[in-house]
Amino acid sequence: MSFNPAAPTLQDTWDWRAAANFIGGGTGTGLLMVTLVAGLLGAPVFMPTLAGLVFVALGLSMVWLEIGRPLRALHVFFNPYTSWMTREAIVAMPLMLCGALALWFQWIGLVVLLAVLAAVFLFCQGRILHASRGIPVWRTPRIVPLILTTGLTEGAAFFLVLMPLLSTEAVAAAGRTVLVLLLALSVMRFGAWKSYRAGLEGDAPLAALQVLRDADGIVALLGGVAPAILAATALAFTGYAIPLGVAAGALAGFGGWYMKAIIITRASYNQGFAIDHSAARGGGKPGPGTKPGW
Amino acid sequence: MSRYVMIADLNRCVGCQTCTASCKHTNATAPHVQWRKVLDLEVGEFPDVRRAFVPVGCQHCADPPCMHVCPSTATGQRKDGLVTIDYDLCIGCGYCMVACPYQARYKVVEPARAYTGLKRMIHELKREDPKRLKVAQKCTFCSDRIDYGLENGLTPGIDPDATPACANACIADALVFGDIEDPDSNVSQLLAENKWFRMHEELGTNPGFYYLWDGIDQEDKS
Repeated sequence: MSFNPAAPTLQDTWDWRAAANFIGGGTGTGLLMVTLVAGLLGAPVFMPTLAGLVFVALGLSMVWLEIGRPLRALHVFFNPYTSWMTREAIVAMPLMLCGALALWFQWIGLVVLLAVLAAVFLFCQGRILHASRGIPVWRTPRIVPLILTTGLTEGAAFFLVLMPLLSTEAVAAAGRTVLVLLLALSVMRFGAWKSYRAGLEGDAPLAALQVLRDADGIVALLGGVAPAILAATALAFTGYAIPLGVAAGALAGFGGWYMKAIIITRASYNQGFAIDHSAARGGGKPGPGTKPGW
Repeated sequence: MSRYVMIADLNRCVGCQTCTASCKHTNATAPHVQWRKVLDLEVGEFPDVRRAFVPVGCQHCADPPCMHVCPSTATGQRKDGLVTIDYDLCIGCGYCMVACPYQARYKVVEPARAYTGLKRMIHELKREDPKRLKVAQKCTFCSDRIDYGLENGLTPGIDPDATPACANACIADALVFGDIEDPDSNVSQLLAENKWFRMHEELGTNPGFYYLWDGIDQEDKS
């Protein structure tokens, strides 16, 4: 097929570093929210809280590496009125502060506040993509529930991955509940992914749809069905709960990371160009328009 | 209040890219950066195939998604509708670039060099604008020319010194610039006498770039 200058092309403005922010931010905030559930059940919260904050911080530092003028990074706070990127940055500050206090005092009230801030941060991430009107696979409203569910799923997933490092007290208090959570969230994310893809049919460049179609096996089966089965098995055979839980968490986490990496860096074809009509030209008659690549 | 817009007459454009060259000359853009460019498209299926030349660039939308997403307020909008970038505020995050449905924004991270491996040419050194490096940049509708013209009693779109370089340079009069809020302006008259569309209008950006594709005949008018 010959090159068509009007066809959508893959954006290269936001690369793996931007994807890393969505990965780190999603997993970190998801982990902070799941930590609240574990904390309410009596599990110690120090390690998962620390891990969640590290994920968020790593993600944000990746963005800092990507911007053209890193020394002007404080300018990111200038537009809270309409920019979801500003709002994300604003929420990140109390999130980190509250996280530090929660680590220090390990008081459940702070963990509750931290989880609320984490939820707002995650919502901002979803809206950042939704506001990107130049990229059809990002601007769909169904990206927001997808980002929310995958963040929570990744959070539950990494809580389970951390289980061998957590105290037996923590595993006893919250392990089973987080397994149930992962099972439910994997199913929810599977549904959100299918709904996201269905919503894009006919409303995104063909090349982008093909990328998402190619990713379906890994995202839906390896990252959705397999962890759900493993989590259910772990619930049924409690003697193997930890290794099965770790395996379920690893697969669910990988599935989420892979999905976001694909959406940000591989399926992110731009709008391309289109004309509604072609010109009459002289004494001729006008012709149809064209929207190549759709 | 004025709102400046551009009209591209698809019946007239011959795809000569003089507007592209003129823009590059006026604004000293880097080698791979084209604030104004003309797409050369094939339309239709054999044997009914035709060619279309479509000038594109920043559409100076009335509701610009690039401005809403900008975290630094570097992207702004003037009262006359022009969408601007403050290079001193921009952090180069690229959010505006993914928010723009018209691929009108660029980010250059290294100084311009037309010939890789050779040292930079005299004009490249002379016309380099370090403020534009590592930040977003795009067509300004030659706002400096418009401002100069207005300060000197000229009419943008009519007087060449107050008109964007691309419109000035167009050999076929295909690019026309003017104030759409003035019912007697050149652009208002063209829009009244011709059929037109705007690109990706369904995205709600309210673009300030109109494409003429046919004249309105008397039957249509009645």
